[in-house]
Amino acid sequence: MAEKLHVSLVTPEKELFSGDVDQVIAPGSEGEFGVLVNHAPFMTTLAEGMVTILDGDKKRMYQVRGGFADVNAEGMTILAESAEEYVETVH
Amino acid sequence: MASLKDMRVQIASVKATQKITKAMQMVAAAKLKRAQDAAENARPYAKRMAEVIANLARGVSGDAAPKLLAGTGSTQNHLVVVATADRGLAGGFNSSIVRAAREHIRGLIAEGKTVRILTVGRKGLDQLKRQYADQIVGSFELAKTLNLDVAQPIADAIFTAFDNGQADVVTLYYSQFRSVISQVPTPKQLIPAEIEATTEETSGGAVYEYEPSEEEILETLLPRNLTVQILASLLENNAGFYAAQMSAMDNATRNAGEMIKAMNLKYNRKRQAQITTELIEIIAGAEAI
Repeated sequence: MAEKLHVSLVTPEKELFSGDVDQVIAPGSEGEFGVLVNHAPFMTTLAEGMVTILDGDKKRMYQVRGGFADVNAEGMTILAESAEEYVETVH
Repeated sequence: MASLKDMRVQIASVKATQKITKAMQMVAAAKLKRAQDAAENARPYAKRMAEVIANLARGVSGDAAPKLLAGTGSTQNHLVVVATADRGLAGGFNSSIVRAAREHIRGLIAEGKTVRILTVGRKGLDQLKRQYADQIVGSFELAKTLNLDVAQPIADAIFTAFDNGQADVVTLYYSQFRSVISQVPTPKQLIPAEIEATTEETSGGAVYEYEPSEEEILETLLPRNLTVQILASLLENNAGFYAAQMSAMDNATRNAGEMIKAMNLKYNRKRQAQITTELIEIIAGAEAI
């Protein structure tokens, strides 16, 4: 899969993540949604929850609280009011 | 003519002052680094936010547009927010912001507009209350750490004024942090929201899908944007303040150094003259015996 989705996750404090990935799953205020590359332009407010960024076999998770997600031809932008990386405990 | 002891005391006092300014310079330099990082880290968010709003604003037009975006249609009531630092000893940093704001206010009053002033930071309040005590409707002090909790009350005060019809146009004065040696007092129009006209159409004219509706998103996003813009400005101000303080204190340290040099020279000359006089007296006394 050559084409990738450009995603940036920013909070007022700093840019948490920026890069090209395979898929992003985000908690929209009207339901969780997933975004792949070449998604139709889409904008939503975010609920409190987990943003999951999938790239190959790598997986990053961020706990976000409030904010917006904007998807357009250039990629996806998540403007979170606050966010921090969620480190999964290994079982 | 001051005695040798007086001169010694004076030199010691200037040296003590120099130590203080030197310490302040180093503290400012250390804090500048962090403040600069914070300001730079906040930029992407504020920039993205502006882009998203520009995108959205293109979609809504006419009467459907929220008042925060389009304005109330009147420009009679102006609210000027002046953001300075809480502390001084930073050269002309606070004064230059206040001067820019004052010019703007004077122009508005001359045009017959109603002007209300909101100050952020103690120094701006101190300087403006002499001249515009009646126009100041509120003032805020800054907290040690700048985050959304600091910006939120300021934004709330602006909304209250806006909702009461006391503010048709809201302008924020702050200092833009260009570099360590250059901070530029800049006005930023908060209401009606300034839309970057130059932003290219990123969606290529494609129809956006909104969830929930476009209006609802704009309604939550615009107040959010205001808070974020205020926070970004405060962070820029903070970085600029430490930069200004650092260079002001650097100058003060250098000036003190020059003063000490000149005073030492004078002191040594006087001391030598005194020794010479004493020697002459001793020799003269010895010869007389």
